[in-house]
Amino acid sequence: MSDSDTQPLLSVDDLHVQFDTDGGVVRAVDGVSFDVDRGETVCIVGESGSGKTVSCEAITKIIDIPPGRVSGTVDFDGENLVDASQKRLQQVRGGRIGHIFQNPQGALNPVYTVGTQIIEAIQLHRDVSKGDARERAIELLDRVGIPEAAARVSDYPHEFSGGMRQRVVIAMALAAEPDLLIADEPTTALDVTIQAQILRLLRDLQKEFDMGIVFITHDLGVVAEIADRVVVMYAGKVMERGDVYELFEDPAHPYTQALLECLPGRGDATEAIGGSLPDPTDPPDGCRFNPRCEYAVEECRVGEQVPPIGVDGPDDDHCAACVYYRDGYDSSTVRGTVTATTDGGTAREAKTADDSEQPDGGGPQ
Amino acid sequence: MKADPLVEVENLTKHYPITEGVLRREVGRVRAVDGISFDIRPGETVGIVGESGCGKSTAATSLLRLEEPTDGRVLFGGEDITTYDKSQLKAFRRRAQMIFQDPSSSFDPRMSIGDSVAEPLKIHGMRDRNRRRRIVEDLLERVGLSARDADRYPHEFSGGQKQRVALARALVVNPDFIVADEPVSALDVSIQAEILGLIDDIQAEFGLSILLISHDMGVVRQICDRVNVMYLGEIVESGPTEDVFDDPQHPYTKALMGSIPKPDPRRRGEGIELTGDVPNPSDPPTGCRFHTRCPSVIAPDDVSLGQEAWRNVLHFRSRTARGDLDPRSLAESHLPTEELPGDEDADLARDAVNQAVRAEFDLPSPLSDSEAERAVTDAVDALVEEGTAEAGELLREAFPTVCANRAPELVETDGRRVACHLHDESVEATPQEDVTFGIGDDD
Repeated sequence: MSDSDTQPLLSVDDLHVQFDTDGGVVRAVDGVSFDVDRGETVCIVGESGSGKTVSCEAITKIIDIPPGRVSGTVDFDGENLVDASQKRLQQVRGGRIGHIFQNPQGALNPVYTVGTQIIEAIQLHRDVSKGDARERAIELLDRVGIPEAAARVSDYPHEFSGGMRQRVVIAMALAAEPDLLIADEPTTALDVTIQAQILRLLRDLQKEFDMGIVFITHDLGVVAEIADRVVVMYAGKVMERGDVYELFEDPAHPYTQALLECLPGRGDATEAIGGSLPDPTDPPDGCRFNPRCEYAVEECRVGEQVPPIGVDGPDDDHCAACVYYRDGYDSSTVRGTVTATTDGGTAREAKTADDSEQPDGGGPQ
Repeated sequence: MKADPLVEVENLTKHYPITEGVLRREVGRVRAVDGISFDIRPGETVGIVGESGCGKSTAATSLLRLEEPTDGRVLFGGEDITTYDKSQLKAFRRRAQMIFQDPSSSFDPRMSIGDSVAEPLKIHGMRDRNRRRRIVEDLLERVGLSARDADRYPHEFSGGQKQRVALARALVVNPDFIVADEPVSALDVSIQAEILGLIDDIQAEFGLSILLISHDMGVVRQICDRVNVMYLGEIVESGPTEDVFDDPQHPYTKALMGSIPKPDPRRRGEGIELTGDVPNPSDPPTGCRFHTRCPSVIAPDDVSLGQEAWRNVLHFRSRTARGDLDPRSLAESHLPTEELPGDEDADLARDAVNQAVRAEFDLPSPLSDSEAERAVTDAVDALVEEGTAEAGELLREAFPTVCANRAPELVETDGRRVACHLHDESVEATPQEDVTFGIGDDD
């Protein structure tokens, strides 16, 4: 733990990222807030085009500026990275904040050995001799589970399998012992059996280095496997945020509920959401999800997106950007309508108990 | 008695030669599909599931003869299509259609989708433009688009809509059989469910037989009646979807099912983890192809180590057998520099190698079984004094396993077929106590 236990490692507050395009301004990220503590994994989950990748790239500003514009605050251990200079950002990137990307092939340079690339990453951030850096590179490769690391350090990326390549990328991200690791769909390009290995590795490394991890994924199964807390994004907005257990067992926002319902292979209950993501240059008024939401009322279709509102439950941070959680609305209309877990039963009962305690709720149906 | 199968695949094989030099001398073969057999009845959806590189897509393309199979027969409605000539093949193509993974690259961006969908009709000789148009409009509506969409171009559609168009194009010639190769893996989950629902509806409406290729067990489970699980070019288990997925019999199917993260945080870490990667299909392991990663390899009767230590001994064995174990780099990976001899050519001390081997393969010193301990020690000695191959030979003699020596046959078990010695009655299997490897922190 850090010396200040109350201060999160990373605190993203009201982050906006806009891109000026020929088709108009795209608000890829539109007022996103979340915190990450040391040793904690926060998953950002959403469909393609929801802005999950851009919000994480904006943390260290690895997006092209212009056409991109970033505003808001990214407080990383007391320092606002949005205002930081390029020079300072270069120290932070790959230093205190490590990145892992979806496609390990694209993250490695095919003409250099993996050793050269890891050594480069080490020497960028640590004042060590080449020999020491090489030794450290071998140590790192061994730590991420590459057999015979000392021999493989002088191999080229194409000589590794997809899973092994992702391990190399992880080793490179760990070169400077980062405090925060941003992992953007690191297992999406891998087979399930390899995915399980990589998820386990990340979890072990997190414990060892006491890292905070921001993990971006579209796969709710992966979220359930590794997240401590979850941020659900849709069309640039945070729809729901909360503890992983609460989010899966008592999803508050209709979008989260719909996402859980449409997971394939979970019995016959599979329901498609219907419709498609809104046009990024011309999002709908009101709630971004309203055209696809079965509970949408008139208030959902006008004005701005409702800001995230606290949801009753054991987790104080659990909030949903839905009009039904405003005072004077009956939140039981949208709650308790989803079979969230594979065996359902227990979650269902817990939810009904929850609802009956709500002062303004209509009680269990 | 069930209906006669529409498609019967017998011993389908597709090898790609690896050639060398100007004479294109064949130096090896990638055994992408190595003798698979299954059948598909009318109106049935059959799945092929497996990891990337297991040969599932090659199976699909070679059974439609988009690529010439190396060996085997494919009977379609009782006729062997592998003997078809060009014109017979064209007639066959009208009855069998294919849908691909990436809907964006399977359309010509300069052709309106109406023309794209009508193209197969044109190829198969329908000259009447108005009639083609009517058929296309009707089909677009059946797949959930509107008739007016016929004049729009591919870029105006989202991925899910394009996949609907692809389905319409496959249906336009009124086929009996559709092969869908990863039809939804490029789509978001919310769209996936829609397309799978559509495929299911269309199949019922048109009475189609479908072969669905996917790496995603959830997708296969949702729409397939029967499923074949492939590993390295071979089918390891096949049977009714529910049976295979609810109660998998082959260790690979078990591991595959166990690796899918469950969307339930309370069950985290319950998965089974496989070690290692899929081996190279140009040089598949001997015996059961899965034995290099299998968590329940059958141990010889006189070895009692526990499954985990036995597994680790097997790793040591297979690495030496492959000959890619270098004592020096092994020692460099595991020992501090000061314990290594400075001179590159100096011989490593036997103790250093022993220590490094045990660290690399996580072998306790000594092993709980004294026979096994002696064999491992001998192998380390051989590694220092003679070479990797000699060490491998010693280990192979000391730890014979039926899994590495004999390829299992597909045998009938509980209404399905499984290729595993654990289910073969002629093999005396005394599996070492089973250890499940969890992904969680509580292992």
